[in-house]
Amino acid sequence: MDQMHTHISRQFNAELEDIRSRVLQMGGLVEHQIEQALEALIKGNTEQGEAVIMNDTQVNKMEVTIDEECNQIIARRQPAASDLRLVVAVIKTITDLERIGDEAEKIARMAVRLAGEERPKNNYAEIQAVGQQVCHMVHDALDAFARLDIEAALRVAREDQQVDQKYDGAMRQLITYMMEDPRTISRMLNVIWAARALERIGDHARNICEYIIYLVKGKDVRHTSLDQVEKEILGR
Amino acid sequence: MTNSSPALDVARKIQVRDLNFFYGKYSALKNISLDIATNKVTAFIGPSGCGKSTLLRTFNRMYELYPGQRATGEILLDAENILSPRTDLFRLRARVGMVFQKPTPFPMSIYENIAFGVRLYEPLARAQMDDRVEWALQQAALWDEVKDKLRQSGMSLSGGQQQRLCIARAIAVKPEVVLLDEPASALDPISTLKIEELIYELKKNYTIVIVTHNMQQAARVSDFTAFMYLGELVEFDRTNAIFTNPSKKQTEDYITGRYG
Repeated sequence: MDQMHTHISRQFNAELEDIRSRVLQMGGLVEHQIEQALEALIKGNTEQGEAVIMNDTQVNKMEVTIDEECNQIIARRQPAASDLRLVVAVIKTITDLERIGDEAEKIARMAVRLAGEERPKNNYAEIQAVGQQVCHMVHDALDAFARLDIEAALRVAREDQQVDQKYDGAMRQLITYMMEDPRTISRMLNVIWAARALERIGDHARNICEYIIYLVKGKDVRHTSLDQVEKEILGR
Repeated sequence: MTNSSPALDVARKIQVRDLNFFYGKYSALKNISLDIATNKVTAFIGPSGCGKSTLLRTFNRMYELYPGQRATGEILLDAENILSPRTDLFRLRARVGMVFQKPTPFPMSIYENIAFGVRLYEPLARAQMDDRVEWALQQAALWDEVKDKLRQSGMSLSGGQQQRLCIARAIAVKPEVVLLDEPASALDPISTLKIEELIYELKKNYTIVIVTHNMQQAARVSDFTAFMYLGELVEFDRTNAIFTNPSKKQTEDYITGRYG
């Protein structure tokens, strides 16, 4: 597949390039939202949390705009083959990006709620571990999208398992705190919601990686084990 | 490159084996091998001069009308090699009908346009002929529009109606295969859709092969698509695969408009 190979219609080329770069732009904003939400939570910074909540409307608007552009391309250009797959992959990717945005907003809400409360001694170490990994995943997924790199996409998809493990670990620890000191329950529940949001972000990043594989290889790998995908796609 | 037939899990009506075709010394088809599935629509696409019409015209040996044109290899129609010199061309063309790009009604009445061809093959009594004409016009979805004016000239119909008349004429002799060479390219969008709808209906009873420049049309009407380039069969696969995930880069470039 050669996305750079150009169409006879330069206008069509420009339109496809445009949706691609808008996805990356939207991805950049979403990435920033997660980082800011996490920082707001860890530092107990209310203002930063509120900024994330405000900015989510920006993410939503971008989704609507890109969706509209994709509709126009389908209606006017009747894209086929890799062009069709690009448009389909973009439509799906921005849905997941928008959901990631929503999860970041949830984390920001928890951050605002927790800002007034007593800070835990370990400074949310469990959340930080999951958070960092999830941020990397989103970043690398977008990078793989930009470079149409299926090996990178597969790597990122694999990371989701680590996120799930870390999430399980965090849950166990948080439950232990609650059992030790029931006064922390209401606070810990908020922390659990934040951890849950991060775990969901990992799932969305994995979805995006699956769309990249579909875009490049024309193969739908949803609901397929990663080992099988690797065997089929990379032949090993 | 040459044996790129998809694994057909359906019956084959026509099997092309190592077909080469020459216009004098010019080689227009190079080692084509492909299968045409029974009661399905197979589309040939490709840029002008790629050989798709040439290939279509070998299926009823239309080229025999022109001197200096010849074909080598095998084309099996139900296991019978139609390229054999013993083939009865008259019978072959009754089994394999053809419709051209421009509507070509004969300068006679609508009724006669259809009865004319039938008479060549079957001596039907008047009442039977009436039934056959009605049946053919029904099949071509034209009956309701012309039943009150069968004595009018075929030339008085609109372009889309004329093309359906030609399809009715081809069907009237009860062929097994219908070849369509750009059947809708001279028609407006509504008439085009009617022809496409008709193709969908016809495939229940006939094997259809269509040549079209309109890729969306190939995507809409066909079950299998063959992409040809410079006299070679580049890729042949289910239409679903060709238009979403072709396996050859040349096909990809052509159907996405990157060709050239």
